[in-house]
Amino acid sequence: MITEERLSIPQRATKRFFFMIGIGLVLLVAGLLIAANSGGGHGEGAHGAAEAGHHAAGWGQRLLANLWLNNVYLTGIAVVGILFVAIQYVAYAGWSVLIKRVPEALGSYLPIGGIIMLLVFLLPIIFTGHNTLLHWTDHSLHEVGNPNYDPIIAGKSGYLNITFYTIRMVAYFVLWFLFFKWLRRESLAEDLNGGLNHYNKSIRLGATFLVVFGVTSSMSAWDWVLSIDTHWFSTMFGWYVFASWWVSGLAATTLTIVFLKQMGYMKMVNSNHLHDLGKFLFGFSIFWTYIWFSQFMLYWYANIPEEAIYFMERLGGNNNHYTWIFFFNLIINFAFPFLVLMTRDAKRQMLMLKIVCIAILIGHWFDFYMMIMPGTMRGESGFGLIEIGTALTFLGTFLLVFTKELSKASLVPVNHPFLEESIHHHV
Amino acid sequence: MTSKKYILGVFEDEDVLLSAIEKTRAAGTKIYDVFSPYPIHGIDDVLGIQRSRLPIVAFFCGLCGTSFALWMQIYMLGFDWPMIIGGKPHVSLPSFIPVTFELTVLFAAFGMVITFFIISGLRPTLKVPVMDVRSTDDKYIMAIELKEGTDISKLNDLLRSNGAIEVNEKEVVK
Repeated sequence: MITEERLSIPQRATKRFFFMIGIGLVLLVAGLLIAANSGGGHGEGAHGAAEAGHHAAGWGQRLLANLWLNNVYLTGIAVVGILFVAIQYVAYAGWSVLIKRVPEALGSYLPIGGIIMLLVFLLPIIFTGHNTLLHWTDHSLHEVGNPNYDPIIAGKSGYLNITFYTIRMVAYFVLWFLFFKWLRRESLAEDLNGGLNHYNKSIRLGATFLVVFGVTSSMSAWDWVLSIDTHWFSTMFGWYVFASWWVSGLAATTLTIVFLKQMGYMKMVNSNHLHDLGKFLFGFSIFWTYIWFSQFMLYWYANIPEEAIYFMERLGGNNNHYTWIFFFNLIINFAFPFLVLMTRDAKRQMLMLKIVCIAILIGHWFDFYMMIMPGTMRGESGFGLIEIGTALTFLGTFLLVFTKELSKASLVPVNHPFLEESIHHHV
Repeated sequence: MTSKKYILGVFEDEDVLLSAIEKTRAAGTKIYDVFSPYPIHGIDDVLGIQRSRLPIVAFFCGLCGTSFALWMQIYMLGFDWPMIIGGKPHVSLPSFIPVTFELTVLFAAFGMVITFFIISGLRPTLKVPVMDVRSTDDKYIMAIELKEGTDISKLNDLLRSNGAIEVNEKEVVK
């Protein structure tokens, strides 16, 4: 008989998360004060010199961009947790039963993510009429005869308008959150009642979620990331953002498992399970690179101005502001995991997995930085107190809700029908 | 023509077989090979078979493929017969990546297969002795080579006490 295993979060850890949030907020406020005092005059001057339609990026814009960046990134990790569980159910997977409580708990960030996303989108619109993060929200662009009239953006207004956008955003979060709750509810009820009913129901839920996620993942990627560069378009983009989310979610799951194991939990998870997670990380790092390169190469090769502009901004444009991140992104997200996780032994060692997971999590944060910053901050984005502060605040919040959700249920799903198979998993 | 004699222990259950292998090896008997209808998880460890070094071969073959592909394209398109294609520089790395990837995979795959054939001696003339046809159906066969002076009855006892349902003797002519 397999007994429950409860995670009890030490007071110290909770304190550390709150400390993280506190430090983050202090850094953020300090960064904002410094930016507002020193950059205020500069911002005004730049505004006059900037070409028409380009807004000089001030501290407010920088704050918004950072909130958006971290929230999109962590929301992705949260929803990928649900996706992972859904895939395991649909595939009748046995190996992942012992670890499924970890991705299952990742979704707990979704309500917070949804509220922040709505606020960051709607508050600037309520107070200033449009959101500077998303260029198309400026309604003067849609008015024929207005000097700002932009026929391309106006042509997209059937999809990109504030009402429909808000409805979509709410719909994604409600759908994701509902599936998170439903899958979680079945999983917890199974712990109590056993039997196959909950398992069969989870399979149906998982299959439905795959369809829902297939549509919403692409659409949310267009909405939240692609629409920043409103004129630009890419049919790869939904996949590209998904690949980044997915590999970050896998890294987050693996890293949590390694930490839990090092704290003495999850004793039945052995190097065979880690091996499978390592293969996932290895494979999907390559998958991300494949998608990245497929998008890049076609635009580079065709060299059509309205398409290539996206990569011009990131490679040589903006005074080479993003060039190093462009290559750093490839090294840390492809070359590093590819070379380090290549051998079987590396995938079975906790230390190696830990290093690679942290690298991937940092790397894909930079990946989203590359997607979001050039379109919102032009050449004026930075790495300073604001970036570090916002990231720390978000990370602390995420860890707080995630670990709380994790501690609410047994780490071992005691009545899962494939539990025995998972315990004896061997590769 | 040389002939070798083998003692065959026939087992009916995978777990019994695995523990029998452990006990037989612990008793100091060398096992020639084990035949089963399907791959058994964990049998490599129990039999003490070393891990394959084929991945190392694959890595270096892949590396050869990468270098060869890059060298070929840079030399051909950059130096031997430079052409302007799509207004790009002669040596433009992004357009070389797909071919480099393909050749890396090709070299790694072929290198691995060829190495495997050579190392394992798989060739058209190879004759494989079939110890017991039931090992392709529902029985597991453990074969122990019979050398001069081996006590057959002792082996028989060892195998039977470890769960063999039959113990047979087989002569294989090579």
